[in-house]
Amino acid sequence: MTIVPHYETLVISLLFCVTQAATFSAATASVWSKVETGPPDAILGIAQAFRECQDGRKVNVCVGAYRDTQGKPWVLPTVRAAERKLLENDDPKDYLPIEGDAGFIAEAVKFAYGQNVDLSTVAAVQTLSGTGACRIGGEFLAQFRENKNIYIPTPTWGNHWKIFKECGLETHPYRYYDRSTNRLDLNGFIEDLEAAPEGSIILLHACAHNPTGCDPTLDQWKRIADALERKGHVAFFDSAYQGFASGDAERDASAFRYIADRKTIPVLLAQSFAKNFGLYGERCGTLSMICSDEEERQRLLSQLRCVIRPMYSSPPRHGSSIVKTVLSDSQLAPQYYEECATMANRIQAMRELLVKTLAEVGSTHDWSHVSEQIGMFAFTGMSEEMCDQLTKDYAIYLTRDGRISIAGLNDSNIRYVAEAIHAVTDGKSITGN
Amino acid sequence: MISKQFISRLGRQSQKFSTRWQSTSPFAAYEMAPLDPIIGLNEEFQRDDFPQKVIVGVGAYRDDAGKPYVLPCVREAEQRLVDQKLDMEYSGIAGDQKFVDLSLKFGYGEDSGALKEGRIQGVQALSGTGGLRVFGEMIRRHGHKHIYVPNPTWGNHIPIFQNSGLEVRKYRYYDASNSSLDFDGMIKDIQDIPAGSCVLLHACAHNPTGMDPTLEQWKQLSELFKKKQLFPFFDAAYQGFASGDAILDAASLRMFVDDGHLLGTIQSFSKNFGLYGHRVGTLSVVGSNAEEAARVVSQMKMVIRPMYSNPPRHGARIVSTILDDPKLKSDFYEQCKGMADRMNTMRTKLRDELEAVGSTRNWDHIVKQIGMFAYSGLNKEQVMEMRSKHHLYCTADGRISMAGVTTGNVSYIANAMHDVSK
Repeated sequence: MTIVPHYETLVISLLFCVTQAATFSAATASVWSKVETGPPDAILGIAQAFRECQDGRKVNVCVGAYRDTQGKPWVLPTVRAAERKLLENDDPKDYLPIEGDAGFIAEAVKFAYGQNVDLSTVAAVQTLSGTGACRIGGEFLAQFRENKNIYIPTPTWGNHWKIFKECGLETHPYRYYDRSTNRLDLNGFIEDLEAAPEGSIILLHACAHNPTGCDPTLDQWKRIADALERKGHVAFFDSAYQGFASGDAERDASAFRYIADRKTIPVLLAQSFAKNFGLYGERCGTLSMICSDEEERQRLLSQLRCVIRPMYSSPPRHGSSIVKTVLSDSQLAPQYYEECATMANRIQAMRELLVKTLAEVGSTHDWSHVSEQIGMFAFTGMSEEMCDQLTKDYAIYLTRDGRISIAGLNDSNIRYVAEAIHAVTDGKSITGN
Repeated sequence: MISKQFISRLGRQSQKFSTRWQSTSPFAAYEMAPLDPIIGLNEEFQRDDFPQKVIVGVGAYRDDAGKPYVLPCVREAEQRLVDQKLDMEYSGIAGDQKFVDLSLKFGYGEDSGALKEGRIQGVQALSGTGGLRVFGEMIRRHGHKHIYVPNPTWGNHIPIFQNSGLEVRKYRYYDASNSSLDFDGMIKDIQDIPAGSCVLLHACAHNPTGMDPTLEQWKQLSELFKKKQLFPFFDAAYQGFASGDAILDAASLRMFVDDGHLLGTIQSFSKNFGLYGHRVGTLSVVGSNAEEAARVVSQMKMVIRPMYSNPPRHGARIVSTILDDPKLKSDFYEQCKGMADRMNTMRTKLRDELEAVGSTRNWDHIVKQIGMFAYSGLNKEQVMEMRSKHHLYCTADGRISMAGVTTGNVSYIANAMHDVSK
């Protein structure tokens, strides 16, 4: 027996619906009425402010994306070549497996761990760049670790905290950078590792620490590794700049390779191809875990799939197809390494020029920390007030922690930026802020 | 590799160390998780050596030669994109705004009053799954504890919503005894749903059954939802791909919007545009006004940022390019219809072949059903027998992907189905 009303009442109720449609939302509280506006993302919000700014002098040293000498985005020629190849070869568009493109994953793992890595000891899945890798890794750890504490360096990329909290991990800071010296606080770091409960997860930046650019030396990594080992901690590396930091992809991988090679510390690696391949918006990365053997690898993969499938089913194929095409091609691969080095070299040159120009325009501060820092960012030591002043008075957009994206500097704007930094810091402290 | 000898050597060096290390890998106790039933099927198929093996499992379109099909308009759009030498900058948490605008027009209609009022806003999503997950997480953060889904539904709906922190409840939908919509049962169950609850509806081409409500039935549902103050959430994965008519396939969604419902929608472009692996979709809401819709979008972004930051560009750019160009757009409608027509032709052929090989079962439901899947009515034992005896692979619930049926294999399939069910 159906519940369909008689025809007449159907007509009447239809008329009712039509006349009431306009007032429907008033008659019943909207399902959305209690929803508040979410706060804007700190970094992306500043990028938006830059876009909306009308000041002709404006400089964007905020978002971490590479810019060429004209201040424009740069798509690597090998990436362009790979895209054309994909089109010529009628690359299909079928779903990738849940864990991603096997060929891409193999190339990515070799890129990270070395060409001779035993692939059966690395359980790896394709992810949506670094964010996706951190999320998948974090969800996995939250599911399977009894000790769900994760320790995150201070400072770090802002999104780390949000990601790991969402995973259900218990987030804690560990001391990393000392603003009173603008250098690594190694003793604080080690103390906090020792104080953490045994078997905690420690988030480590593989190289070019974001935002400080301050990395441990190899000797310092040894001491860190000793502490990780003593406490049975898990090392969760975030590698967003391999090749892009020093220009040497092998060198930029040395920290996590060293720790993995010790074979006594469980290692996870979140790998991003956003910067080093310039594939930002195509969301290309991997999450990998070192494991004992192929059988274990299969078990781990099966569990990682269970995290991925109810999140987005399978990863996007364009970026991974590009990376696979480049790294597996005997001509494109070496050309790629050169192109990546080009980016790193330009940034390094700008870094040196910034410090030189600061001196030239009369700054008497010790900017040596900026000279020593690695990667795309200069962690200047400026206070929030100085940063706000840079933005308000000089239309220079940076994050309020004093982080400048050096990729945004070029010959046309570097003097202006140096002068502005000098103006807001002259006679004030750039330590202890 | 960590060998046992190495570990016991460490143990001799430091007793404290080896007990913590447990003398074995930290992952030793992790079990093998079960294979995803749909995707796992493909892996099993790959391992089968039988030369005439057939898979009608995963929902990806194949042409009549059994090959993947990239729409010509998609290739043309890609060529244009490559020629334009666009950059690959991050597109923003909500994705490509032009893509979102065009996709909302595609879904809700160019003339949608609600769209023109700015009441409909959305974000680019990682196809259907990604959009469902973001929506689930978002409503859970805003007080929802349950979501109601039809029984049966696409398998992945359940873990998606459970992982969002929602309890999944089912309403009656399909009458397996006569392979038809159980509309009575559906109405009864929906009447019992508490006011304010979120109820998932398949916009068209219900997966896995292929049985949709008629327009009259949709009308009744719309009234019932209003009366019960229920909150509809449409999963629109097959617009254009089901009947071949993109406007018809959106009728239920548009009816609800016209009737004044405030709702959510997830549009996938995997099937209709053939962009499966590019993960293209749009998650949207219809709010009471533009300001409210904007607030909801800001909350979607809060879920997205710690999940994957921002969506992939390429697939969205392809869709934008096509929908923004009159010629490409009209090509798209034609090519999409071509796919739908082929699958509908195969439905008729399969039913006819089943009759021809002497099956006395009623297979009319295969022709009545709509979209990519035929819910055959075969049970699990019969499905397994088809796999082992006939090397014909479909999911355990008897769901057959019509996209995998071709003039070349339809007799073989009919024979196998008849053989296990006679």
